[in-house]
Amino acid sequence: MAPGHLEMSNLVLTERRNGPVVMAARRFAAVIGELLANPTAAFGVIVVAILLLTALLAPVLASHDPNVVDLGNALGRPSSLHWFGTDELGRDVYSRLVYGSRISLTFIFIVSIIVGPVGLLVGTTAGYFGGWCDTVMMRITDIFLSFPSLILALAFVAALGAGLENAIIAIALTAWPPIARLARAETLTFRGADYIAASRMQGASPLRIIVKSIMPMCLPSVLVRITLSMATVILTAAGLGFLGLGAQPPLPEWGAMMATGRRYMLDNWWLVAFPGGAILLVSLAFNLLGDGLRDVLDPKQK
Amino acid sequence: MSHDRIFATARQAGTIMVTLLGLLILTFCIGRLMPVDPVRAIVGEEADRATYELVAERLGVNLPLHTQFIRYVGDVVRGDFGVSIRTGQPVISDIAHVMPATIELATFAILCGAGFGIPLGIFAAINRNRPADHIIRFLTLIGHSMPIFWTGMIGLIIFYAMLGLVGGGGRISDYYIGLVPETTGFMLIDAAIAGDWEVFGDALNHLILPASILGYSSMAYITRMTRSFMLDQLGQEYVTTARVKGLSKGRTIWHHAFANIRVQLVTIVALAYGSLLEGAVLIETVFSWPGFGQYITNNMLIGDMNAVMTCVLLVGVIFIALNLLSDALYKIFDPRTR
Repeated sequence: MAPGHLEMSNLVLTERRNGPVVMAARRFAAVIGELLANPTAAFGVIVVAILLLTALLAPVLASHDPNVVDLGNALGRPSSLHWFGTDELGRDVYSRLVYGSRISLTFIFIVSIIVGPVGLLVGTTAGYFGGWCDTVMMRITDIFLSFPSLILALAFVAALGAGLENAIIAIALTAWPPIARLARAETLTFRGADYIAASRMQGASPLRIIVKSIMPMCLPSVLVRITLSMATVILTAAGLGFLGLGAQPPLPEWGAMMATGRRYMLDNWWLVAFPGGAILLVSLAFNLLGDGLRDVLDPKQK
Repeated sequence: MSHDRIFATARQAGTIMVTLLGLLILTFCIGRLMPVDPVRAIVGEEADRATYELVAERLGVNLPLHTQFIRYVGDVVRGDFGVSIRTGQPVISDIAHVMPATIELATFAILCGAGFGIPLGIFAAINRNRPADHIIRFLTLIGHSMPIFWTGMIGLIIFYAMLGLVGGGGRISDYYIGLVPETTGFMLIDAAIAGDWEVFGDALNHLILPASILGYSSMAYITRMTRSFMLDQLGQEYVTTARVKGLSKGRTIWHHAFANIRVQLVTIVALAYGSLLEGAVLIETVFSWPGFGQYITNNMLIGDMNAVMTCVLLVGVIFIALNLLSDALYKIFDPRTR
């Protein structure tokens, strides 16, 4: 028996013994381990982890209530009491940033759980069936793709009305087409593979083939792509907030904070410097994490 | 022309028509979904029922949706984009009025972006995995990840408020407004025509910061693409052959590798130029720059339907045209794609 085979059967045995959840957790740990070995990807992982922890522990980490107005203390410089200063209403900028991380994570979480499945479904279906189904779906995708994402999101928000929920919907509407394109391209490379033909001959329905045989193969590159597009999502969300069409004040969304801070920025740099720095850091982290994930999950794209 | 060519051209034309139709459907849906009542926006809050009905009938908002859509398409084909509710002017003349400001900004930005981006990209490719490459890649990564409106504001705080090196918001200082007659709408050209070099200098002083920040973001994109195109070429066997034949490194890179990526670079620069519209929306708000980006945002904030629909349509058409242009360039200059 070849050593490779032995390893495989060991793996199968452990999977039987421990169940899929434990195996998934192990695989996840292995991926994280590989990511941490690469310094730039490690930076991404750490910043995203900090973001998660900040959102989770916001009440503990915040030094003040983010919404308490203290006019006597308005526009205070960064100090030991107010680390990042106070805004025009005397609210603590640091605490608002900490709570704002929850809004950013909401954007990321909801957009990715909408965009991933939708993009995957549209792309794999178009790629698997081909013909007119492919043409129609890809034409629609192309129309969405022909816009810069911020302008399309702006247009959707203008149609739906400004606000946090509508901004999330608008961004999700602009973020699925690149994923659909990618999933389609991947599907086209697998479509003619022997294992697909085999499962078709066994009588598997198209739906079963797409869900069971094609989607798992597209998953790594789609995950990488979603991670990379989270950087854009963060920037677009902040841009919408900044233009007054995203999350509305008094919500401590980072873009909206900068929009109000802009009026006082020439004498009070901290009002815009810190929220913008946070956006840059998170967007940078997702870019680095995405690049790192690509090296780990999808080596052929390197 | 062979039958195949005719068929391919017809197919291409059909694709463009379908895409444009899709675009019109999209803008129509956006317009109809908008929460603003177009009739109320014209007649005002106090209008009586009869006036309301009259205007509603004239606008055709009571008609079934498909009839409205056909009317809309007919209007667009005839070049009638309606009147902006906010300014009372035809939308198209409004856009023609604000466009020069944006083109001026974007042209300067793309000159910075391509002027620095292409050499940096080539330099990074040649020095792959050396410190220079790492520094350049880091710079492009920052340019790719930064919120451009933040960079704009930080730029204003440092170079305008602290150092006083550049002008603040707007295209020129307040006391120069109206001194130079508006001939082309391009501030620099107008000032040059009028021979007023003081205004010219002031306009340049206002342009330099927003244009270079916008330029940085397109430089990031252009550098990254140039680097990867160049790496692709440098890995090819003809490069090795040329070097083995005794051609100098500089000549190999310039006459062979660079010559081969020129078409791709033109395409990338054209796309980057178009994408500046996106950055312009944010940068124009930061710098109070009265261009297309501000026009689109202001109209979206107040829900000026005709203006929003036309702007979105225009952006879509620009990008479809850019994509077609890049396809065409590939076909003309790269015989393999024919």
